[in-house]
Amino acid sequence: MYKGGKIIASLIIFAALFTIPFFYNMGKVNAGPDVALDTPAIQQLSDKQCVESPEFMRANHMKLLNQWREEAVRNGQTVYINSQGKEYPISLQDTCLKCHANGSASKVALSNPASSTTGVSNPAINESPEFCASCHDYSAVKPKCWSCHFEPKEAAK
Amino acid sequence: MSINRRQFLRRAGMVTALGIGSSFVITGFRKKDAAASGYTKAAKDMPAKRWAMVVDMSKFKSEADMEKVIEACHKLHNVPKFPNTKDEIKWIWKDDYHHTFAGGHNEYLDEHVMHSPFMVTCNHCENPPCVRACPTEATFQRPDGIVAMDFHRCIGCRFCMAACPFGARSFNFKDPRPFIEEVSTEYPTRTPGVVEKCNFCYERLADGLMPACVEKSNGGLIFGDLDDPNSEVRKIVSTKLTIRRKPELGTQPSVYYLVGGGEHA
Ligand code: SF4
Ligand code: SF4
Repeated sequence: MYKGGKIIASLIIFAALFTIPFFYNMGKVNAGPDVALDTPAIQQLSDKQCVESPEFMRANHMKLLNQWREEAVRNGQTVYINSQGKEYPISLQDTCLKCHANGSASKVALSNPASSTTGVSNPAINESPEFCASCHDYSAVKPKCWSCHFEPKEAAK
Repeated sequence: MSINRRQFLRRAGMVTALGIGSSFVITGFRKKDAAASGYTKAAKDMPAKRWAMVVDMSKFKSEADMEKVIEACHKLHNVPKFPNTKDEIKWIWKDDYHHTFAGGHNEYLDEHVMHSPFMVTCNHCENPPCVRACPTEATFQRPDGIVAMDFHRCIGCRFCMAACPFGARSFNFKDPRPFIEEVSTEYPTRTPGVVEKCNFCYERLADGLMPACVEKSNGGLIFGDLDDPNSEVRKIVSTKLTIRRKPELGTQPSVYYLVGGGEHA
């Protein structure tokens, strides 16, 4: 091969540089989020069940939220009937945030989503270990919901 | 190792077929993730074929009566108050006769009428030019006649603002949140770069409630289903003299102005 040595040497250097992040992080413990399921808010509920099974929600909550948005905003269908036939109002505030929120939040906090670095403009939700932030920070996926939507009414009082 | 062109093409074809085939096998076996679920309307939801509003200006005795109505709407929907009128966001507002009923006005019209303000909002036109102009279908017409907006989809191109002949739409040039005096948790806020306007309170209609402005209007705003022959709006529109804004444009507004006022059906 013409200039074979140089080509192979460069290829090895390239591969080494390219894979540095993998080797650098290899073997390091990367603790996942520790999401507690027995918060005071959840303890108070008579029915400790999400709108669908935890497995379904873990895998599909983003798709479900998109469907909810589509049905509620565009089709005027504001009630979700889950796979068990149970009905839930399609509402972040009245349904999701009943459990997934930090009960200690005192009032609605408005911050500028454009300048917020976390993508979650509501500090109460940001700090809540039970809500989006815990997993979303871990996986570096920034939900934009809170630039417009609010935390639950109870917490806002 | 050397292969000729024919062999190369054959092997490449086989690998491709294998790849496509196996991807079908994998997706075929995958468990369907969509649960057996469905959607329905809320029990209290008020159905209608065509929501409409009649504005009876005789019931608005003073500007304070109008302010009360505007306040109710803007508070509920987190409409910000920008100090600079260029940034103004409005869902329902008051405007003078000339702007409300532009074109060919009667110059001998009573001074009082000519100079008193009128309540104006989005007309929820039956033939809405804003919906046609919107490239993303963020602005759309619901089966009940309400011209609604899906803020999630709005890209802020403002075609709809250019298309609306009534100036019913406002654009968020700045982040509205710092300019909301009293936050209502009943309705979300907006982000910069999004257009907004009156939505005939469809979120309240789904809860079986009348629009916020109607509730605070002391009978000055009458709301109902124009398609229902027994509704108050239909009775007024069919028996009294009402006018609409810029009817010559053919947008078929659903907001009617009762002329003469007095007692109605
Ligand atoms: S008044 Fe303007 S914004 Fe409202 S439906 Fe008619 S064209 Fe669209
Ligand atoms: S500004 Fe938004 S609502 Fe208006 S036409 Fe563009 S995308 Fe549609």
